[in-house]
Amino acid sequence: MVMKKLINDPKNVVNEAVAGFESAHADIVRVSHDPIFIARIDAPIQGKVGIVSGGGSGHEPLHGGFVGYGMLDAAVPGPVFTSPTPDPIMAATQAVNGGAGVLHIVKNYTGDVLNFETAADLASAEGIDVRTVIINDDVAVKDSLYTAGRRGVAGTVLVEKITGAAAERGDDLDGVVAVAEKVNSRVRTMGVALSPCVVPHAGEPSFVLADDEIEIGIGIHGEPGRERIKLQPADAIVDRLLGPILEDLPFVSGDEVLLFVNGMGGTPQIELYIVFRRAAEVLKERGITVTRSLVGNYTTSLEMAGASISVLKLDDELTSLWDAPVQTVGLRWGR
Amino acid sequence: MTPNEQFDAALTDEVPTLDTAWTVRWIRRSAEVLATNRAALNTLDRDIGDGDHGENMDRGFQAVLPKLEGLADETTPGAVLKLVATTLISTVGGAAGPLYGTAFLKAAGAVGSAESLDAAALVALMTAARDGIVLRGKAEEGDKTMIDAWSPAVNAAASAQAAGSGVAAVLHAAADAAEQGAQAAEPLVARKGRASYLGERAIGHRDPGSQSTALLLRAGADVALVAE
Repeated sequence: MVMKKLINDPKNVVNEAVAGFESAHADIVRVSHDPIFIARIDAPIQGKVGIVSGGGSGHEPLHGGFVGYGMLDAAVPGPVFTSPTPDPIMAATQAVNGGAGVLHIVKNYTGDVLNFETAADLASAEGIDVRTVIINDDVAVKDSLYTAGRRGVAGTVLVEKITGAAAERGDDLDGVVAVAEKVNSRVRTMGVALSPCVVPHAGEPSFVLADDEIEIGIGIHGEPGRERIKLQPADAIVDRLLGPILEDLPFVSGDEVLLFVNGMGGTPQIELYIVFRRAAEVLKERGITVTRSLVGNYTTSLEMAGASISVLKLDDELTSLWDAPVQTVGLRWGR
Repeated sequence: MTPNEQFDAALTDEVPTLDTAWTVRWIRRSAEVLATNRAALNTLDRDIGDGDHGENMDRGFQAVLPKLEGLADETTPGAVLKLVATTLISTVGGAAGPLYGTAFLKAAGAVGSAESLDAAALVALMTAARDGIVLRGKAEEGDKTMIDAWSPAVNAAASAQAAGSGVAAVLHAAADAAEQGAQAAEPLVARKGRASYLGERAIGHRDPGSQSTALLLRAGADVALVAE
């Protein structure tokens, strides 16, 4: 596979993309270039809990696309698929601290966890009250002493939206942390890859799938999950993803849920809706009601083809926080 | 004496202590070796991780190089190690940045303000580095991480020093053991880091962190005998 990308120099991919993001969305964000982070245009907001997330680039619109009113106060993009270092995380934390403390939302990948942990230590030493919630919604990975634990994947978008709404309505740091933990504890995700992605500086695919193979339980960097199987019709793949998700929480008859079908970057919307159709059908058969939905490319892996399904168990509080106004590049309603 | 024994004897006899110049040579050689092995480390990482370990380590050590120019005369080995630590923490990213950064930071603490390092100080340096990584990454020996190179290296260095070896022999013992440790972990299943998601599919692959550790320790040994 030849690398065919709209880039100039692999070394400048993140810088140039962030510069473009800045000039396209100057009404919503402002950008610090050294160290690199994206902040809400009106940050810091006095008295509001600041929310910072981040991680390797290549998952856009995660996280920069979710900076704005009702969601994140700042996002820290690292190099492609590599965690940012503590310095920019620390700088972003300081930039959005409005005196009510700052929450770090961190996907459970070893690099992200270690760098955010170091940044939180630095920020605490500066007198900023920093709390961390680790997102681990991926059911493909066994959570045990023998792994680094479940990964944080597309469910992160739902955590960021709902937690952002809680901070926007004025919850204190304890309250915001509690909402983030609540969402994380009620969302489950599993994904599939149909084709790999090419990291710009590597120049070749991060893994190889035969023409008739798919990878079930893929992570968001192409790192593998449960099993590699032959390509099947969409409905059969959806059933394979949804089964472990529903058993895990478990989701049961009478539950109201948000159903989120996320594209990995290289799969067209038309296929995502075929996936949604089947997932909704299965949920209905089980007596589970889909009361909110989201379909699109929100947590991507560059040009990887594939999708993930997330199911979030809602209650009145989470539903109203989901419905609350949001104004970001990636999600926007009610305002 | 066999040629090997003669070499060992030479290692034992010469250079009673290592100074700041050695520390700087070590880091420069490390940067050179990591640049040479950038693609190889990326390939190891692509097999069981996300393919950027060589990239990240190369970026970090290249960022250290300019800071080694024009160091003040009174700069201690510990100060050099601390400079390496802070630079790696702010430039490497991924898991390797905080892990190697912590290793060099703890190593700097272990040698304190000493102007030169004897064999015991080198053992203390490596022990503190290993302990720092364990503390930050919470991995144990056998988890198929860089600890599988660090721990045998520390043990071998301590044994060599206890047996009366000089600084160069201690460093060589550590480098040999790190290489063997990295190799010995190949048949294992990973329990920490991104490779842990692979389960049995990680068997037979070398952990890229254990490989970069072996390269770093070999670099230190290689420059121990180089004259100014």
